[in-house]
Amino acid sequence: MSNLLARFKLDRADFSLDVDLDLPARGVTALFGHSGSGKTTLLRCIAGLERAPGGYLALDGEVWQDANIFLPTHQRPIGYVFQEASLFPHLSARGNLEYGRKRADSRMDRTTLDPIIELLGIGALLDRRPDQLSGGERQRVAIARALAVKPRLLLMDEPLAALDLARKQEILPYLERLHEELEIPVLYVSHAPDEVARLADHIVVMRDGRAVAAGPLTETLARLDLPIHLGEDAGVVLDAVVAERDAQWQLARVVFADNPDAGVWVRDGGHALGHHVRVRILARDISLAVTRNSGTSILNILPGVVAELADDAHPAQALVRVNVGGAALVARLTRRSAHDLGLTPGQIVYAQIKAVALIG
Amino acid sequence: MGFSDADLAAIWLTLRLAGVTTALLLLVGTPIAWWLARTRSGWKGPVGAVVALPLVLPPTVIGFYLLVSMGPNGPVGQFTQSLGLGVLPFTFAGLVVASVFYSLPFVVQPLQNAFEAIGERPLEAAATLRASPLDTFFSVVLPLARPGYLTASVLGFAHTVGEFGVVLMIGGNIPGVTRVVSVQIYDHVEALEYAEAHWLAATMLAFSFLVLLALYTLNPTGRRR
Repeated sequence: MSNLLARFKLDRADFSLDVDLDLPARGVTALFGHSGSGKTTLLRCIAGLERAPGGYLALDGEVWQDANIFLPTHQRPIGYVFQEASLFPHLSARGNLEYGRKRADSRMDRTTLDPIIELLGIGALLDRRPDQLSGGERQRVAIARALAVKPRLLLMDEPLAALDLARKQEILPYLERLHEELEIPVLYVSHAPDEVARLADHIVVMRDGRAVAAGPLTETLARLDLPIHLGEDAGVVLDAVVAERDAQWQLARVVFADNPDAGVWVRDGGHALGHHVRVRILARDISLAVTRNSGTSILNILPGVVAELADDAHPAQALVRVNVGGAALVARLTRRSAHDLGLTPGQIVYAQIKAVALIG
Repeated sequence: MGFSDADLAAIWLTLRLAGVTTALLLLVGTPIAWWLARTRSGWKGPVGAVVALPLVLPPTVIGFYLLVSMGPNGPVGQFTQSLGLGVLPFTFAGLVVASVFYSLPFVVQPLQNAFEAIGERPLEAAATLRASPLDTFFSVVLPLARPGYLTASVLGFAHTVGEFGVVLMIGGNIPGVTRVVSVQIYDHVEALEYAEAHWLAATMLAFSFLVLLALYTLNPTGRRR
């Protein structure tokens, strides 16, 4: 039973939480929603930092909370990364890591910290005090500290939210390495679609204290009936493999994992052939045509079949899901265009993709 | 000129009293301050007010009630007699007990402020790093509250050195047992021995100034992030 079962009900004056989740205990699961949607409260309930009487929580069948049991936070095999790094100011970076290592469930000697220090690139920072570190460095130490207790579940509460854009860009590569190399499941709270697109395998969409959608990231983002509007961030994320590199034009062709016949050209990011990458294609960057256009600057034009049409947030706009081989794309059109083209499910269209972001 | 043997005995007694009192106050004051800093109970107000009473009451009032309760017919006196300890007034132990009450707010309030300034987050972080609450107290709270402990120790010690009314009520004026510096100065003045009074008084003044100077220059309040 490799899963995390979480059932919580909380009623506060200004807020209520009511979730019943069965999450996969592997990979990165994003708890995604706007601020105030209850994602942090849910994470705190899972950590035992918040008490939700009557709740139920079990990891791999091991019960942490039910009607009779409430494991206090310090007895749960978790690692927790707060929004602000929350390092102990009286200890050096190394002291902070050691604090966790000494208290880990299984006795570990000093060297067990080495791979963690290496993973987060903090070797040169160890003797500094928290107030001598930049915001990004502090957060990397905080992540390392959370891993130093050898957790079986890593909980991250918007670890990038308190950082400016440059610091975010500094940390994201480390989080991606974490994603690739970490064997334990991660719950990652975020309100930023770009972070979720880069890091998550699964997604739970939260709104008003409820989980309104949950599932694998690629499938869930391709849904047109997502109960929260992503606005300009609406779009799909696809797993892909580098299949071809064009040295003359500095381009690489990545093919979708689900269907190697379909693929797109992207800027060559220096990845080797066969390397797994993720691409993100926003709905606003796709236009549809019923005939294949020539004489266009658009490089990526994929034939596909209209699967579904739906209204977008603004009444002038519509979202269209197009199946391109096994992969699903979502395009945003004006409703007038959809009407003029006479789009209906089953129709063959050409998806003209203006921009593809290579992430991770 | 200089200090007479009686003066030296008074100084030694004063330092001993202040030292023992401060040590006891840190032990007693820590749980009280921790509770006051963390509780959401309705008793926080009343308990805080009781702790702060010595700040506003005349020392004679505190001394009077302590004298009555510790006397042979008072509840504390009955208790100490049943333990075979006799009664506390006019003994060194009685003076210590009275001083603990009298200086309590000077220790509890700095500690409470220090605990409150730490906030919830370091405690939560420690819990997620497998530290039990007791472990957290010693490994996180105490180090972070160190400036508060320094302030509390200095204020508790200095305030005990400076007490007079309570000492007179509880301890009386027994050489080597309860005659502290402030009482000794009073005696000198009563006997019109102004020179001797000056020596002791000036020493007290210098001591108090140096203690407070050290407190204000050494304590790194506001420098932590």
